[in-house]
Order: sequence, then structure tokens, then C-alpha cells
Amino acid sequence: MRPGRVFAFVTTVALTTATAAAGQSSDMTLPPSVAAGSAFSIATSGSGKAVLYVVGPGQAVRHDVVMGQPVSFAAGVLYNAGHYLVILAKDSSTDTEALDVVPAPRPETLGFLAQPSRLPVGVHNGISGAVYVFDAYHNLITTPMTASLELSNSSGTMQSRSVPTQNGLAWAEMDSASKEGAVKFVARIGGISSTRIIDQVPGDPCAITISAQPENGKLLVQTAPVHDCSGNAIPDGTIVTFTESYNDLQSTVDVPLKQGVARVTMPAYKGSKISAASGVVAGNEIIWGGGR
Amino acid sequence: MNKGRLLAVAIAVATLALLAIGTIWPVPSAVAYAGGGKGDLLVSPSTPDAAANDLGTQIRLHAWDKAYSSLANKAEFTQSQFIHDLTGYALSLRTYATLDGFEVQPLHQSANDAELIMKLRWSTVVGTFEDKRDVHVVRIGDHWAVNWPIVPEQHVPPQVIPVNYLRWDVIKSGSGDDWGAQDVEAPHVRIVDMHPVNRADGVVVMGELLNEDVIPAYVSVRATLVSKTGSVLDSEGSFDMISHTLLPKQVTPFVIRFPGIDLSEVGSIRMVPQSVLVSASADPVIEVQNQQYNAPPGATLTGQLSNQSGQTVNVAHVLSSFYDKNGQLVWVAGQYIDRVLQPQIPVDFRISVPEDIARKINTERTVVSTYAVGSFQ
Repeated sequence: MRPGRVFAFVTTVALTTATAAAGQSSDMTLPPSVAAGSAFSIATSGSGKAVLYVVGPGQAVRHDVVMGQPVSFAAGVLYNAGHYLVILAKDSSTDTEALDVVPAPRPETLGFLAQPSRLPVGVHNGISGAVYVFDAYHNLITTPMTASLELSNSSGTMQSRSVPTQNGLAWAEMDSASKEGAVKFVARIGGISSTRIIDQVPGDPCAITISAQPENGKLLVQTAPVHDCSGNAIPDGTIVTFTESYNDLQSTVDVPLKQGVARVTMPAYKGSKISAASGVVAGNEIIWGGGR
Repeated sequence: MNKGRLLAVAIAVATLALLAIGTIWPVPSAVAYAGGGKGDLLVSPSTPDAAANDLGTQIRLHAWDKAYSSLANKAEFTQSQFIHDLTGYALSLRTYATLDGFEVQPLHQSANDAELIMKLRWSTVVGTFEDKRDVHVVRIGDHWAVNWPIVPEQHVPPQVIPVNYLRWDVIKSGSGDDWGAQDVEAPHVRIVDMHPVNRADGVVVMGELLNEDVIPAYVSVRATLVSKTGSVLDSEGSFDMISHTLLPKQVTPFVIRFPGIDLSEVGSIRMVPQSVLVSASADPVIEVQNQQYNAPPGATLTGQLSNQSGQTVNVAHVLSSFYDKNGQLVWVAGQYIDRVLQPQIPVDFRISVPEDIARKINTERTVVSTYAVGSFQ
């Protein structure tokens, strides 16, 4: 908590206590509540001069007052929502009353937390979105509103949810699609929207198939194009580990996929066993028969 | 003369006598540390062993002029080639290594020549490595000189090697971005195997870590040993016994050592894999060729590393996982390669396996992490 707010809180508590003890009638009339940032006025009665203090969360305002005339507050003067204390300090006495500043009814910005930013395809409830609704002065609007959360790609909307906000928050979970690619995750409340990009990436390779052919006295071993179980191409750069075993000898090499295929040159031993794996997924094994 | 003066004179005489003895018949180690090194200042290399010892001392002192001029076969190579043979032809672990010690083992000797083994023990920032040379020593007149078995630099034929492997770059959110602004998620990694073992010097926790994401990750693993009463015994990281840069779907072994702790004291182990998104390149690709497990006694895993890229790799670190017949991980060991990996030129590696574990080993898997000057890996 910032020092200004601590000061305001302590002042509020002290003055409230003092007012309660005094128990006097007031020379000012306050509106029941004020929307944050809106213009309003406080009517006063009586005669003479006084000073009006408005003290609240993170704000303190002072006005010189001619008693009997209203005190006007321009738009944007009181902008932090919360419980304020209004103190009218006259020559002989002090009047104190409470004023509630509530968030402006119109949402202005959304705080949108979308998790994760990247996930494999086909994950049930794998994407979660939480949206916080704020007014123009960053006050959390706690009045229930309807939030729309929508997942869409270039071909249209994939999933959408309408969720009422509770205490300024609405959240929902969605599935990742079976097709890879970036999708837009959009949250909308009252005409305001916020967008996040979720990257849906291929899952584990579904099957790895390798083949071998002689090349300059060695063996060129390569995979068929590698896909996940939904048919998405495994991205280039993914490591495929080739292992060649011949008697007691073994050769291994980690090769990144390039244009969907991993390719490596290995020693050509007749009768050697060659296999491939990527992560926890193993592929087929071939036995090199010397080019036959 | 009073007693005090007599004592002072006696001490002075004794000091002078000891200085004279130390100068005329110095112990070899004192000669070396005094910078004399060559040995033939006072004792000429009248034996093959002495010639090899003198050479070792000169190498340790970086007295390259003296070392080179003492060689019998110096006409076969230049002093620069001799120095590069010992310190590396390109930037490598050898470049900044210091000779920690050496050992000379005689094999055979005749009147005019001898065969020796010189074991040079080099010290580097990542530990020590041994350079074993079979040395031929010849008699020249009244002294002996070493025929240095130089390992010539291997040249890669001039050529163009096209490299078009992937490279990943990362743009992260800025400090001025709003609260809740989206950032790039850290890579998802998973420990796929973990196995603690009790060794004489403490507990060793080993395992394997998988990058299950589609982006590269900089990884490390931290383990915390918790006693049976719930108190923390120790917490250590994998440090360099892991391949830190993991490409998508790549697996690295790791080892975490807890010296001085017995496994019987441990109630549970907390493992925390850590990953950070980093820029990385899929190049260079290193092939592990002719990998062979040599059964005990003296169990080792030997093989060769072959750099399939066009880039010179300055430092390579070989990490091997060993499995029993059930596929369970039983040991992880590693070795730094002290020479650079030139493109397409195989370099040998040799990893020792403890005798008691060696008998359980059925299969093995080796990965190589690399560092090249001017790259991210």
C-alpha cells in the first residue's frame, strides 16, 4: 500500500471516530453515491466561510466554501472508487459525512489473462481465460455484466462462451482444436474487447517410419514426413534420434527435422539394425541387408 | 666470544651449507618450481627417463623454447606446431589448460634408444584430462633426447557446406507492457526418468529430462533430499552434468551429486526441472559414431564424435546414459573433449564406468552438447 493511501486511511478512521463522538447535525447534503470520474456537487446551508475536505482512497481534495452555496466538483476530480469522508470545517464546528464513489458503469478496459500461450492440439479444457473488467479510471467494475469469450481462427469462430462476471471477474475453459495454428482468443464486455493469441502446436509424433539407401559407401537414413496423430506436420527443428547397432558397435545422432524429414548419413554395416525415436515415441526398426 | 655470538655463527654456517647442498643437488620438484625446469643446469639427461622428465617439466613451465630445442626430431615440425599440438590448433579446452602433473613409464630400453609412455595430466576449468603419448627416446652423444610424437593438425578440404537448419529467436514482452499482457510461455519440459543411487562418496541422483515442447529450452534440474522426518538434508543442481540447450523432443541425461549423504537417511526427493526460452540453433549436428561398450574389467564406453556441420565446435561435452537389461537407467557419465571438432573429422572419446555398475549395463545412449565461439550453443 502506498504512503498516501495509508495516510488517507488513518485520517478517515480518525475523523469517523471524531464525528461519531460529536453526533451533531450536518450543514451539507451529499448525493447517496457518485460514479467515479463524474461531476457532482455538495449543497451547503448556513452562512459564513468554511473549508471542505474530501478524503478517500489515494485522494484528498480541499475546497474553500461559502456556506449556503453548493460546492461543485468537475468531472474527473474524484476517480478512485471507494469510501470517502467529506469534512466541512467551520469556524466553530466540524461536520463529517461519508460518500461512496462507485466504479463508472461503462467498462473501458479489460484485463485478460489467457493461459497457456502455446499448447498441443486436442487438449480438453486446455485453454483458460480470465477477464477482469475496469472503468476508465482502472476501477474494477463489480456490477454483474456478461462477458463473451471466443476462440476463433481465420475460418471463423470455433468456440464461444457467455459468462456473467462475479466481483468483476469472468472466466472460462476451452479445448484446443485438432488442427495446428494460431487462434485468436477474444474477450468482450460491453463493446470493449481484448485479444490474445494462442498457438496450437502439433502433439507428439504419431508414427516414425524410416528408410535407408546406400550413398557413397555409407548409408543415407531418413524418415518419412513426420506427423502427429491428428495429421499435423511435426515442426522443423524437432529432434529425431537415429540409432544404428552392429555387433557391439552403436552409432547415434540427434537430427533436427528439416522440411518435415530427418535425414542422416551413417556407417553402412551389413546386418546392422537402425531405429529412430523422437521424445518418448519410437519408430520402426530396419535391418540393413547391404542394399538388397 | 660469548655463547650468543657462537650460536649466530653456527646458524650462519649451517644456512650457507644447506644453501650449497640445495644448489648442487636440488630435488627435482624444487628445480621445477624454481623455474630451472630443464634439469640439465645441474643434472644432464643421462637417462631416457630424465630426458622425458625434463621435457615434462619444461612443458609445465611453458618453457617452449627449451622444450622444443631439447627434442631429437625437431626438424620434423616447427616450434609453433609443437606448441599447438599441446595447446590445441584452435580455441579449445587445451588452450587455457595447465599441466598439473605428468608421469613417465619406461617400456623398453636399449643402449641407444628407449620406449616410454608419458601421461600428461592437464587441468582445465571443467576438470582434468589425460594426454597419453608413446614416446621414443634416443641417445645423442652423451645425453638422451625425446622424439616427440606430434599429432599433426588435420585439415578439412576446402569446400562449401550448405547449412540451412532452423534457428529460433525470441521477442519477449517489454517492461512497459500492461498488467496481464501476454508473454511467450516457457518451454514445457518433463523428467521422464529418475533414479537415486548410493555411492561411497554420497548420494547420486540421475535421470533424463525431455523437452516436450516445439521450441528450444535452456534447462537445468534441481533436487532436494528430504529426510524421513521431513527436514531438508541438501539441495543441489545438475550444474554441468546436463545438456543445457534442448531442442524440441530432445532428451538429456542429468546427474546431481550429494556428497557426504547416505541414501538410508533420505525419505523423499523433490525434483524441480527448470526451463527458460532461449534463442537457439539446430546446428551443429554431432554424430556419435562407432560407440562401443567395453565390458569390465576396466569398463569404458568409447566412440567417436563427428561434426556434420561446417562450423568448428570449440568445446564438446559427451554425456552417456547407461541402462540395464530392463531398460532402467543405472548410470550417467560424461567427458569433455579437449580438442576442437573440425567438420567431418572424427574425434575419439572414452568414458569410464565404475566396476560395480559396469556389470549391470546392457545398453547405452549418448548425447553431445557443444559450444562454438560466436554462437549460442
